[in-house]
Amino acid sequence: MKKVQRQEKVAWIVLWTAAGLTMGLLFMIIGYIFKEGLAVINIDFLLDAPRKMGAKGGILPSIVGTVYLTVMTLVIAVPIGVGAAVYLNEYTKDGRLTQAIRFGTEALAGIPSIIFGLFGFAFFVIVLRPVTGGWSVLSGSLTGAVMVLPTIVRTAEEALKTVPMTYREGSLALGASRWQTISKVVLPAAFPGILTGIILAIGRVVGETAALLLTLGGTILMPDSLFSGARTMSMHLYLVAMETGAMDMAFGTAVVLIVTIFIINTVAGMLRKKLVARFR
Amino acid sequence: MNEKIQIQNLDLYYGNFQALNGINFSIGEKAITALIGPSGCGKSTFLRVLNRMNDLIPSVRIEGHVLMDKKNINDKSVDVAELRKKVGMVFQKPNPFPMSIFDNVAYGPRIHGIKEKGKLEEIVEQSLKLAVLWDEVKDRLNSGALGLSGGQQQRLCIARVLSVEPEVLLMDEPTSALDPISTLKVEELAQELKKRFTIIMVTHNMQQAARISDSTAFFLNGEMVEYGKTDLIFTKPHDKRTEDYITGRFG
Amino acid sequence: MRERIIEKLIFLSALTQVLVIVLIGFFVFKEGLPVMDKYGVFNFIFGNTWNPTKQVYGIYPMIIGTIVVTLGSLIMGVPLGVATAIFLAEIAPGKIGRLFRPGIELLAGIPSVVYGLFGMVYVKNLILYLEREVLGNVLPTEYQWGYSILTASIILAVMILPTIINISEDAIRSVPLEYREGSLALGATHWQTIYRVLLPAARSGILASVVLGMGRALGETMAVIMVAGNTVALPRLSILGVFAPVRTLTGNIALEMGYAGPEHQQALFATGIVLFIFIMILNIGAGIISRKGVKQK
Ligand SMILES: Nc1ncnc2c1ncn2[C@@H]1O[C@H](COP(=O)(O)OP(=O)(O)OP(=O)(O)O)[C@@H](O)[C@H]1O
Ligand SMILES: [Mg+2]
Repeated sequence: MKKVQRQEKVAWIVLWTAAGLTMGLLFMIIGYIFKEGLAVINIDFLLDAPRKMGAKGGILPSIVGTVYLTVMTLVIAVPIGVGAAVYLNEYTKDGRLTQAIRFGTEALAGIPSIIFGLFGFAFFVIVLRPVTGGWSVLSGSLTGAVMVLPTIVRTAEEALKTVPMTYREGSLALGASRWQTISKVVLPAAFPGILTGIILAIGRVVGETAALLLTLGGTILMPDSLFSGARTMSMHLYLVAMETGAMDMAFGTAVVLIVTIFIINTVAGMLRKKLVARFR
Repeated sequence: MNEKIQIQNLDLYYGNFQALNGINFSIGEKAITALIGPSGCGKSTFLRVLNRMNDLIPSVRIEGHVLMDKKNINDKSVDVAELRKKVGMVFQKPNPFPMSIFDNVAYGPRIHGIKEKGKLEEIVEQSLKLAVLWDEVKDRLNSGALGLSGGQQQRLCIARVLSVEPEVLLMDEPTSALDPISTLKVEELAQELKKRFTIIMVTHNMQQAARISDSTAFFLNGEMVEYGKTDLIFTKPHDKRTEDYITGRFG
Repeated sequence: MRERIIEKLIFLSALTQVLVIVLIGFFVFKEGLPVMDKYGVFNFIFGNTWNPTKQVYGIYPMIIGTIVVTLGSLIMGVPLGVATAIFLAEIAPGKIGRLFRPGIELLAGIPSVVYGLFGMVYVKNLILYLEREVLGNVLPTEYQWGYSILTASIILAVMILPTIINISEDAIRSVPLEYREGSLALGATHWQTIYRVLLPAARSGILASVVLGMGRALGETMAVIMVAGNTVALPRLSILGVFAPVRTLTGNIALEMGYAGPEHQQALFATGIVLFIFIMILNIGAGIISRKGVKQK
C-alpha cells in the first residue's frame, strides 16, 4: 500500500514539474524577447523606414507589407475556401469527387511551407510572371492563399456542420432556393466558426517566412502595388538577424510580432464569444 | 443476521440541491438488499455514497454517518482505495476496459500489487468461474473484452470486481441493459454470490426485486420511505406511497 | 441563372483543392526530377558531398540531419508534452487550467522566426557555454560553435509542444467516463487509473499527436536555419555528435534558393521531392494509426 502511495506522489511531482516547465519555457521566451526588444521600440521604430539594411531605423515597410499580404491572401483564400466547404457540406453526398477533394485538403494541410514556397516560385513567380510580375505581393498572396486554404475549408466545414438541419428546412419550406438558403440562413449561422478559421489563417500568414522568402522577393522598400516585391515583419526579422547581425532590431521586430499575434488571439477569443452568444 | 452497514441521518447535497434526506437504516450481511423507487429519487446517489464514488463530483457535500463494520467510511483516516477494494461496484452499462478479457480481470489484482503470472492466472480463472463466465471465454482470454456480448460483458465486469475479493457488492441496475436471458443469468449469479457477499442492488424491475432480494428499501424524492423484508414490502406495505408505487399507481 | 453561375463557382472552388495539390506535385517533380535523373537517384540520396558550383549534389548528410534533429525534438518534446497534457486533462485545478489555455495558444502562435531568434541568441549561448567551458577538452573545435543538432532539437521541441499537448489532452479527455469509474471503483488510485486505463485507451490519439508534431518538426525551416549551423557534414556517430552543426533538407532549400543558378535550382527542387516523400511516409503512417484507433472503438 505504501508503495502505491509513493508512486502516486512521484507521478504528481513529475506532472506538476512538466507543466511548470512548459509554462516556464513560454514565459522565459517571451520575457527574454521583450527584455531584449523593448529598448528599440518607440513610435519612430514603427513609423520609419529602415536604414542600413534594417540595422538602423524602423520597420514601417514590413508592417505595410504584412498587412498588404495578409489582406490579399484572405481576399483570395476566403471565398475559395468557404466555397469549397459549402460544396462539401451542402451540395454533395459522399462520392469519388468529394473524397478526392477531402484528400486534397488533408494532403495540403500536411505539406511543409518550404514546399509551398518551391511551388509558388515555380508557378507564380516563374510561369505566371507576365501576370504576377515575378516576385511580388501577388505571388506571395497566391502562395499564402494555397497554404491557408485547408485551414479555412476545415473550420468552415465544421461550422456548417453545426448549423441545425431545421434552419435549412425552415428556409426551404418557405420557398427559398438552395443558394438563398445558404447565403441568407446557413452562412450567417456558421459565421463564428468561419471567422475562427479566418483568424487562424491570419496568424499563419503573419508568422510565415519560408514560403514567402521564395515568392515575395523581400525588398526592403515600401510596396507600392500588387506587382511590387515586399517583405513581411517575419521576413524582416529573419533577414535582419541573419544578414546584418543587428540583434536589437530583430528583437524589436519580434516584440511587435508577438504583440500582433497576442492581439489577434485575444480579438479572436472575444469575437467568438460575442458571436456565439448572439447566434444562440 | 449481522448488520454490515449502518446509515445514520444521511443527507447529501449536489451544490444547493438536496438529493438525499435523512436516510436511516441498516443493511444485513450476506443478503441481497434491493433499492427501488422512481427515476431521480436518489438510488444511484445513495449507492455511490457507499464506495465514495461521489468524491469525484466536487459539488457533493455529505452529512450524517455511514458505518461499515462499525467504522465511519467518511472518516479522514480511511483509505478510499482500500474502501473501494472492499466495496465493489457493478455499473448499469457494462464497462469493460478496452483490453483483453484476461487483463480486465487481472486489472484489480495488479493494481493491488500482485505480479506473479501464476497467481494472476489463478485469480482470473476463479473469478471468471465465480461469475459463471469461465466456460464461455476460457479459450479466448487474450482477445478483446469489447467483442463479448452485452450479457457476457456484464458478467466480466462482475468477475473483475470479484477478483479483488470484496465484501460488499454494489449493483446499479446491472441488468437494465441486458436481454432477458442474460438478465436471468445475472440474477442467478447474484443469488449464488450472496452466500459470500453482501449485495445491494438498485433495480427498476419490481419482479426482479421480489424474486431475488431478501430486504427491500423504497426511495422517494431523496427519502427512504420504507424498508423491510421483501415479502412484507411487496405484500403488506405500511406506507401508502410504497403501496402506490409497487402496484404501479405512479412513476 | 444567377443561381447556376454561383453553383458553378462553388464547384470550382471545391475543385481548386484537388487542382492545387496536383499542381504542387507536378511543379516540384517536374523541376526536380531531371537533375535527379541526370545525377543519379542513388548518388543524389546517398552522396556525401554537396557542392553546387562543381555540380556535385549529394544530400545524404542533410537527410541524416533532418532525421536526427526531428528525433531529438521528439525525445524532448513528447515526454514533456504528454506529461503536460495529462496534467491539464486530469489534475490541473480549474484556475490553473484556465491560465494554461491562452498560454499554449500563444506558444502555438509565435512565429517560427521568433523561436529561431530566441534560439540563435539565448539557447545558442547556453550550448556554447556547455561546448567550450564544460566539454572544451573532448569536443573538436568545429563542434564548439553553439549552433548544433542539440540547439535545433531544443527549439523544435518547444515548437511542437502545443501540437502534442492539445491533441493528447483531447484524447485523454475523450476517454469514456465509464472506464475511469470502473477503475476507481476497483480501488485503483488516480495515478493507477491514469497510466493503466486512460493512457492506453487514449493511445491512438497520443500517437497521432506525436505524428503531427513530427510533421511539424520535419517541415520546419526558419527556426532550424537560424540555430542548426547549416554545415553539410555527417555528425559523429557518438553522443558528442549532438553538438555537431547540421543542415536539414528544408534549410538547404531556403538557404540557397535565393542565389541558385538553373541546375542548382533544380537540385533544390529535388531536395524538395525527398522532403515530400518523407512527409508522405509520415502521413501514410498516420493514416494507419488513425484507422487502428477507429477499429479499437
Ligand atoms: N452530478 C450531479 N449533479 C447534480 N445533481 C445530480 C447529479 N447526479 C444526480 N443528480 C440529481 O440527484 C437526484 C438523484 O439522482 P440519482 O441518479 O441518484 O437518481 P436515481 O434514483 O438513480 O435515478 P434513476 O432511476 O433514473 O437512475 C436527481 O434529481 C438528479 O438529477
Ligand atoms: Mg440511477
